[in-house]
Amino acid sequence: MGEHNIRNFSINFGPQHPAAHGVLRLVLELDGEIVERVDPHIGLLHRGTEKLIEYKTYTQATPYFDRLDYVAPMNQEHAFCLAVEKLLGIEVPRRAQLIRVLYSEIGRLLSHLLNVTTQAMDVGALTPPLWGFEEREKLMVFYERASGARMHANYIRPGGVNMDLPPELIDDIEAFCDPFLKVLDDLDTLVIGNRIFKQRNVDIGVVSLEDCWKWGFSGVMVRGSGAAWDLRKAQPYECYEEMEFDIPVGKNCDNYDRQVIRMEEMRQSVRIMRQCVTKLREPAGKGPVNTLDGKVVPPSRKDMKRSMEALIHHFKLYTEGFHVPAGEVYAAVEAPKGEFGVYLVADGGNKPYRCKIRAPGFAHLQAMDFLCRGHMLADVAGILGSIDIVFGEVDR
Amino acid sequence: MSAELQALSDHIAASLGAAVAARDIAYGELTITVRGEDILRTVTFLRDDSQCRFICFIDICGVDYPSREKRFDVVYHFLAPHHNRRIRVKVETDEVTPVPSLIGLFPAANWFEREAYDLYGILFSGHPDLRRILTDYGFEGFPLRKDFPLTGFVEVRYDDAQGRVVYEPVKLNQEFRNFDFLSPWEGTEYVLPGDEKAKA
Repeated sequence: MGEHNIRNFSINFGPQHPAAHGVLRLVLELDGEIVERVDPHIGLLHRGTEKLIEYKTYTQATPYFDRLDYVAPMNQEHAFCLAVEKLLGIEVPRRAQLIRVLYSEIGRLLSHLLNVTTQAMDVGALTPPLWGFEEREKLMVFYERASGARMHANYIRPGGVNMDLPPELIDDIEAFCDPFLKVLDDLDTLVIGNRIFKQRNVDIGVVSLEDCWKWGFSGVMVRGSGAAWDLRKAQPYECYEEMEFDIPVGKNCDNYDRQVIRMEEMRQSVRIMRQCVTKLREPAGKGPVNTLDGKVVPPSRKDMKRSMEALIHHFKLYTEGFHVPAGEVYAAVEAPKGEFGVYLVADGGNKPYRCKIRAPGFAHLQAMDFLCRGHMLADVAGILGSIDIVFGEVDR
Repeated sequence: MSAELQALSDHIAASLGAAVAARDIAYGELTITVRGEDILRTVTFLRDDSQCRFICFIDICGVDYPSREKRFDVVYHFLAPHHNRRIRVKVETDEVTPVPSLIGLFPAANWFEREAYDLYGILFSGHPDLRRILTDYGFEGFPLRKDFPLTGFVEVRYDDAQGRVVYEPVKLNQEFRNFDFLSPWEGTEYVLPGDEKAKA
């Protein structure tokens, strides 16, 4: 073969590729099967969320957060509500905190179930996603029973949560835990122990801890590289301080470790959910699910029938909305995909002046070039799956 | 917590001297403001100093204040996982003055700076690849500026007759309505006609 026949070529991966996890267009420069350069083109799902939020009241802004990482919607709302509450200086009642933690962990299960099983699909297995989606369906029913919506819940609101949980729902969540652990064990033998899954993931996408910090990684990515860093432990919000759970940490820094960590995190999430259920039943866990400040949280229907003040509050809150004192805060939660942060600038009015959404997936995806260089073409899908991206939050 | 932050703030101010234009602790968060030309020196210090060690890159974003002479704030967030602390660094700039890029210190700055350029038109000097990132191919304008209308200028649709996607000026059947709700909630501050007699 003459030298003039050897040349690099570029291919387009996506935007309509099943392994692209949404609308991602990757321009790959290949030397044979070796990836020389990756140029991700994002923004195909850009909806201008940050601009829209500047034109909406704080209450109207929360539903936009469901639509960011639509795999675990409530975790995003949570970050926004924490930011607003920090500026308002309001304390969330204990029951609401427990419900928030409970549903954040349900969100973590939703996200990790999807990620681990679709990772298996990306490397060739079809059964795991079917098993995983069955469990996700049950969890979405819990979302629906709490908020009325299977995905875009708009359940966590500034000041607390929208509505209290019925006792039967708490019982059902408890009843879900044990069988789910059994499913996790099955999934473990099906996926994690699988020979092909290991061949495709072990020692692929290795990233050192130092690089992790430099590239702005968070969540499972840093834990996979050996740092026991979890915002739920390091900078606890709500009542995570009193919850007992462990942080799984990887040591090989590769795709496989990250998936093993996600499996273990699901078990830890179940542990936290159990504790929440117990605490919700204790007398200390009973009580209001919203702050009693009538200037922030709308009154109940019952009060509106009898109290003129409640009626006025209702009218003002749903037209004008509440005012947030001027200032700026950054609030972050440990979302399933990493550190999800909201940088909120308030000018004292009823609308955010600026709301920057710091999505973990954005930082992870930009490292695609760094992670994929020198790997084989087939590994691109594996690496993309292991960094766990959802385009709702990357493109905003 | 705030005493610890105050000590850190003093340490940074003492070490960087005149580079720190302002510092502030609010809501348990430390913010320092530096001039644009000092940003690289500041961030290098924050990353390498043993008391700071802000080695984890979190975020870069723009904020627009059109009434100011230097209308943009570039806001950097960093995290020190060893000390479990966060810091916010701010730089003021305008439409034409570039801010030095952080790409040499933190490779993660790449996309975040592209995003700030895309949405605000903030320029970064030394950035190797300052392209648009989130908006459409061939997009014009900077959508997150306060003077950019929410509804935009261009709309896109698939034209069946031509068999391709076409771009057209935005046509709205109803203008976007932005209600002024900033009516007084606690009672009026102005004097209603006739009320001055009651006080007299």
